[in-house]
Amino acid sequence: MPDNALIIQSSPHFRDKDSVPRIMYTVIIALLPAVAASVYFFRLRAIGVYLSCLAACLATEALFLWIRKKPFRSLWDGSVVITGLLLAMTLPPSVSLDIAVIGSVVAVAIGKQVFGGLGHNIFNPALVGRAFLQTAFPVAMTTWIPPATLPVDALTYATPLGNLKFQVAVAQGTLTPIKELFSGNTGGCLGETSAIALLLGAVLLLAKKTIDWRIPAGIIVALSAFTGIFWLTDPEKFASPLFHILAGGLLIGAFYMATDMVTSPINSKGTWIYATGIGIMVGLVRLFGGFPEGVMYSILFMNTFVPLLNRFFRPRILGERRAAS
Amino acid sequence: MKTKTFPHGIHPPEGKDLTADKKLEVLPPPDKVFIPLHQHFGNPAEPLVQKGEEILLGQKIGEAKSLFSACVHASVSGKVLSVDGHNHPLGKPVLSIAVANDGEDRVHQDVKETEDPFSLDPDQLRQKVREAGIVGMGGAAFPTAVKITPPKDKPIDTVIINGCECEPILTADYRLMMEYPEEILKGAELVRIATGAERILVGIEDNKKKAFDLLQKKANSFPAEILLVKTKYPQGAEKNLIYALLGREVPRGGLPFDVGVVVQNVGTVKAVWDAAKTGRPLYERALTVSGNGFKEPKNLIVRIGTPFQAVADACGGLKEDVNTVIMGGPMMGLSQWALDAPVIKGTSGILAWTSQKPAVEFDCIKCSRCVTHCPMGLVPTQLMKYVKYGQLPEAESWGATDCVECGSCQYSCPAKIPLVHWIRLGKNQIISQKRKKSA
Repeated sequence: MPDNALIIQSSPHFRDKDSVPRIMYTVIIALLPAVAASVYFFRLRAIGVYLSCLAACLATEALFLWIRKKPFRSLWDGSVVITGLLLAMTLPPSVSLDIAVIGSVVAVAIGKQVFGGLGHNIFNPALVGRAFLQTAFPVAMTTWIPPATLPVDALTYATPLGNLKFQVAVAQGTLTPIKELFSGNTGGCLGETSAIALLLGAVLLLAKKTIDWRIPAGIIVALSAFTGIFWLTDPEKFASPLFHILAGGLLIGAFYMATDMVTSPINSKGTWIYATGIGIMVGLVRLFGGFPEGVMYSILFMNTFVPLLNRFFRPRILGERRAAS
Repeated sequence: MKTKTFPHGIHPPEGKDLTADKKLEVLPPPDKVFIPLHQHFGNPAEPLVQKGEEILLGQKIGEAKSLFSACVHASVSGKVLSVDGHNHPLGKPVLSIAVANDGEDRVHQDVKETEDPFSLDPDQLRQKVREAGIVGMGGAAFPTAVKITPPKDKPIDTVIINGCECEPILTADYRLMMEYPEEILKGAELVRIATGAERILVGIEDNKKKAFDLLQKKANSFPAEILLVKTKYPQGAEKNLIYALLGREVPRGGLPFDVGVVVQNVGTVKAVWDAAKTGRPLYERALTVSGNGFKEPKNLIVRIGTPFQAVADACGGLKEDVNTVIMGGPMMGLSQWALDAPVIKGTSGILAWTSQKPAVEFDCIKCSRCVTHCPMGLVPTQLMKYVKYGQLPEAESWGATDCVECGSCQYSCPAKIPLVHWIRLGKNQIISQKRKKSA
């Protein structure tokens, strides 16, 4: 053994096996049940949207890495695949593929790379792409079709939340049944409809501690409390908290988007505020806003507070005097 | 019984089974030893001998001239070959005394037995400890005489004996507890007398149940209580152990004195007993030689100044494809670039691994694992950024100088960022800036 062959590095010399790519691939695996469910419910359309988003996201990332003279290895760290999958899952199944491609380019370019790539973005990239599409193509982004499994012969179809918002569904008793929301046999964005598939993946993420449980817990509790108060005062007019949890993009948002490590707080106090903020905002938009759904804007809105929360809530250092109460 | 512990921390693989059941073997002193005059926290000792001089085992060859320093003694008898710079485990050459061993271990006249060390008063005990050159043997090598001299306004009620050995792989402290339980308890009692404390608490991680049982059996005749603590890193870090055992928090920037506690490693109190009873100064220590790079991992008692190469030879030598050698434990140990550095008072182990690959680094994804695991309640990723971009005042107010460099953050970092390296850099810059200001 020649002496100069010894590696010199600063301590510690042990490292946990977990790595950035491992975390990203765990999230991808967790998303697979929901991806499979969307392919089951929306067939070829789903596959088309997934492939367009993935291809466009990877191509945009590669282009930017080349322009920024960065190593191409971050193409394979899995983060851009998550962006592509999540964006596709938040698009209506009937969306045209060129819109999906435009959304993907915006998501990776404006949502991630302009900030400096993985780890530096302020907003969830997939949601930046979706927010852009929502503004640029408002009609295409709010036109829904029924799943292939429903015997409805209609060109357009209302999502459970649209039904709640624009028709007096609760009073008329035409609200989408909880059972359908649970299985996903209803209209909506590609990946958001099947609660059971999303929860299956969420169990994996929680068990592996890939995501912080405080975020989905905070969102769900805050939303339940907010919508629950109104439901209790007038169950003839308002939907139950359980309906709000299972309908729309709440679950995919709470477990897969708000939990994005890069754009969520790093301390527990900040995390609780962030999660509670999202839950209340979703409730506000759904009950009193102009849109039927508010998960996307709520997460993007709370993303803006993350740097502030990280700075404001410095954990107490061991031996530091507790703040006088 | 509920095991005590502290919040946060990590569970690295233990890897102690390689050597846990191997008894301490005495390594015969090598032909040549290199005894550095700086093996401790503080100022180097001043040489007392010259080239060509004949010296005896246990003879004082380096004098501690200031309070934060420690005496250095000959670990063999023989002729001084040189007093010159020699490679040191810390990476830079240090003024060292090279001695050709005559193989006779002729003992110096100052090494005298004391009939009843328990009858010594605190000042006499401190003097013995200082003259014997004893330093903290857990790795930090802080002069023990300073540690057992509490300021007058800070009464000490508890002496904590640290038998956690929370570093993975290392088993030398465990072997000391198994083979010298009485010496450890007697040494602890001497420290208790010297500090005027009322009681002794011995903290042992629950993966060393045998040592716990043995010490408990022997503890009857001492005001000592043996306590199990959870096996979790860094359970043996001074401030965390105090919190685990007593629920007291050492104030930021403070010392254990501030909460009435003195913490000593098991190896240190054994050295205190040896020095007080037999008069033998600190010229040898127990260490673990392990890792997959050694053909025969062992626990050894080695003379200070023995080159790493001689230790490796005693353990079957290094394997061909070894590319990492560490002094200390895997969490806080120091990388070695050559094997001619000698064993010093703070060498708790020598570890070697084959075919280690440097980690591929990513940008921080703010996963917050470093925050979750930091035993001091710091935000390592934020500290790293402050140091990287030169914002030292912010780094200081966010607690850079509170970092104990345990490495829990870097261990759990999925982006493989050298967080400890950055924080250490920041600490040094903050301290040197302060020095400049006060100068």
